[in-house]
Amino acid sequence: MLEILDSRKAQIHRTGAAPFDMQCEKQSLAGSVSQRACVFCGSRVVLYPIADAVHLVHGPVGCAAYTWDIRGALSSGPELHRMSFTTDLGEKDVIFGGEKKLYRALLELIDAYKPKAAFVYSTCIVGIIGDDVNAICKRVSAERGIPVLQVESEGFKGSKKDGYRAACETLFKIVGTGPTEGISPRSINILGDFNLAGETWMIRKYYERMGVEVVATITGDGRIDAIRRAHGAALNVVQCSGSMIHLAKMMEERYGIPTLRVSYFGVEDMSRSLYEVAEHFQDAAMLDLARKMVAEEVTTLLPELRRYREALQGKRAAIYTGGAFKAFSLVRSLRTLGMKTVVAGSQTGNRDDYQLLRELCDEGTILVDDTNPIELSKFVEEQRVDLIIGGVKERPIAYKLGIGFCDHNHERKEALAGFEGMLNFAREVYSSVMSPVWKLVPRRQRAIAVPSPQVGEGRDQGKEPFADRQLADQLSAPGHHVVVVPHEGIGATECEPPSTMQPN
Amino acid sequence: MATDTITSFTATRNACKVCAPLGACLAFQGVEGAISLLHGSQGCSTYIRRYMISHFKEPVDIASSSFSESTAIFGGKENLRLALANVMRQYQPAFIGIATTCLAETIGEDVAGFIRDFRKENWDPPLPALAMVSTPSYSGTHAEGFHATVRAIVDSLAEGGPRQETINLMPGIISPADFRYLKEICADFGVRPILVPDYSDTLDGPAWQEYHRIPPGGTPLDEIRATGRSLATIEFGATCNRQTSAGALLESRFGVPRHALGMPIGVCATDRFFETLEAITGRRTPEKHQAERGRLIDCFVDAHKYVFDKRAIVYGEQDLVVGLAGLLAEVGMLPVMCASGASTGRLRDAILEDNPDLGSRVTALEAVDFAGIEERAVGMRPDLVIGSSKGYPLARRAGIPLIRVGFPIHDRIGGPRVVHLGYRGAQQLFDRIANGLIESQQEASKVGYAYM
Repeated sequence: MLEILDSRKAQIHRTGAAPFDMQCEKQSLAGSVSQRACVFCGSRVVLYPIADAVHLVHGPVGCAAYTWDIRGALSSGPELHRMSFTTDLGEKDVIFGGEKKLYRALLELIDAYKPKAAFVYSTCIVGIIGDDVNAICKRVSAERGIPVLQVESEGFKGSKKDGYRAACETLFKIVGTGPTEGISPRSINILGDFNLAGETWMIRKYYERMGVEVVATITGDGRIDAIRRAHGAALNVVQCSGSMIHLAKMMEERYGIPTLRVSYFGVEDMSRSLYEVAEHFQDAAMLDLARKMVAEEVTTLLPELRRYREALQGKRAAIYTGGAFKAFSLVRSLRTLGMKTVVAGSQTGNRDDYQLLRELCDEGTILVDDTNPIELSKFVEEQRVDLIIGGVKERPIAYKLGIGFCDHNHERKEALAGFEGMLNFAREVYSSVMSPVWKLVPRRQRAIAVPSPQVGEGRDQGKEPFADRQLADQLSAPGHHVVVVPHEGIGATECEPPSTMQPN
Repeated sequence: MATDTITSFTATRNACKVCAPLGACLAFQGVEGAISLLHGSQGCSTYIRRYMISHFKEPVDIASSSFSESTAIFGGKENLRLALANVMRQYQPAFIGIATTCLAETIGEDVAGFIRDFRKENWDPPLPALAMVSTPSYSGTHAEGFHATVRAIVDSLAEGGPRQETINLMPGIISPADFRYLKEICADFGVRPILVPDYSDTLDGPAWQEYHRIPPGGTPLDEIRATGRSLATIEFGATCNRQTSAGALLESRFGVPRHALGMPIGVCATDRFFETLEAITGRRTPEKHQAERGRLIDCFVDAHKYVFDKRAIVYGEQDLVVGLAGLLAEVGMLPVMCASGASTGRLRDAILEDNPDLGSRVTALEAVDFAGIEERAVGMRPDLVIGSSKGYPLARRAGIPLIRVGFPIHDRIGGPRVVHLGYRGAQQLFDRIANGLIESQQEASKVGYAYM
């Protein structure tokens, strides 16, 4: 019997039941094994992909060791971000202070690795031992002529989200320090994509094909000089809004750059991300290019998705992500694959996020904020899920219970964004959900013996060609120039009005 | 003889160690019905979980007292109390292992005092067995954290009394497969071992019928209590502090005779382990193990030419490195560099103690990081690298094979199933080392023979 800790009850909601009064954005409960990390983790994950900066973790060895080269963030040039630098404070440093060590460490690293900037992450004990990190940063910056910036990421000073904020504050000090001459009025910054498995490259190419100049990618394949010029862009396109919206807001206030929130996961959200940028620039030619590109991509993609969709129809999924925004896209992407989301949650969602998630999900879906392994395992058992989407810490829960798993975290090495990413996503979900190994797993053997109710539902849904009605509705909603038309029994997404192409 | 240290860089670049609280959690994981609770920020427990899960591919739940800003200012006693209450409600543990973090230690938390106070209070349900260990990450590495925790576990539970026919085995950081093999060896000697810890089932278990709050397995509390009554203690580890070990505690407090050995890796070191078992039990090494030894030596002979004079870089926990160096030396390989992020001051001496012939041909590096290892390797002409998966980047750049051993193995399946110890472990390691060398020669060959 699952016992939910009293203080956690308000962070769980079943859609369709009771009035919506979900709590979130709380400090993790002591003793509840939260899947969250800390402020430092939030900052580290955001700044990590900046590849031409030294990232120096000021503190004892753990924080740096656990974050050494663990993320799939690729760089097209320098790879300094894959190094783990730490002042590795020892007992004496804790007693006498770590400033001298920090100073020496910075000078040596800057001289040896010639970075364009250095970030100094404060860990838990730095403030407590009284190191004036800012003063050291200023001194080194003056001596070496590059930005040397403190990231105020002491682990206990809030949650992972506060770490995002601290990273944004640091980035904002770099923005605005470079020249903006020659930047096109049709230009954007890509915020909140981390170039996992080259996703930023993919997205960048889509925008460039539409005739949009990409000034800075923050922080996927990030470069200091590009971030310096980011204030010259005409628009900030922000994904993973939890982590980067603060930077976008500050840029909006100081530089008047408008913000567009997007997601690159799934066919719908990816297409919308391109259309909305074209709409923002009110450029008919650009919109036309976007339509053509979407049409091209989607017509290749959809027939390939068909095989997966047929197999996955009616399967049930649980989603647990870092930010809630990704969860929205995943609910839609799963729907594209004929799957149903029955548990959804995030580490850092806010009230509005959960409200939207509630509207997006079917009745009976369990929504959770900052959950823990015991809750999660019970919810996935109760909801009889076939798939969990999450990160490293959720994976063993899935596998122990004989449930398929899709890694959608920063560690992954598979591109899941964009149109190509959707196919990878489908393939990954398919290869886990449909694996024959589950037939051998004890819990699933028991489940197979009792016919599960959702099988029938799945078949019924399958009668409609490509055919998730909701998907079709969304894609053809006014303002979104996409329609879904049947195509070889699965359907194709076309631009509207397709001047050069006619639907079959 | 002094150990060489690298001092050229102030910063640690790609650490060849992790922090002490991880060692604590790993040790606590080997107690039946236990859950670890880290007194500090949320991130410590989450990072350590992720690091352990990525190696063991098993659920690892580690609770946190989740410090906030006010906790750091006013102290964490109430957070710890709440954390204990919540952990008890959710996990119903038989044992809670509490380890401190750098934050708790730096603000001067008296966790032992808190626990004394908690024990005086009325808890409903009553408090389970508790052990507390001080593991600030600014002091020592995960290996020191592990050993300190084994001692803390024994310290909190061991009881005296009439002698019983068991032997205590404190093997240090080894794989779940090593634990199973040690149990098999003891069973073959007809003696019941009490392993502290024993995470063979908790960190390498089968698929489940239903979710377990705490994975089944681990050494039962009653057995740990009985360590004070065992015939003897055998502890492995050539560099760990033998004055402060769990075996030392059992010896001084309960008079349990202690046999301190290096990790039994390779024939010579394993012989000493079997001789010790023979001495304690009064039985000869069972035929099965003599045969295993015989096959191992036969295999050394079969492959000796492929490995002779080959040069290896070995890194990791010092006790493991010393053991591996012994295996390499006995087959005629040169552990040209033996490196560790830890600094016990004993690495070089421990290697030379068993293998004096190696002398100046071995560079022993303490307090070194992976960047330092790579820089020092220039000019050493290594043929292979032996250690955790964290050495893969340097092996790749050097174009030589990496034989993955120890912890963590984050880039392969099967880390928990690697056997390092005993004749069987030496056999597996030797096969992989010889084949690694043969394969790199084969791949470099223009001809590509399928016959050797």
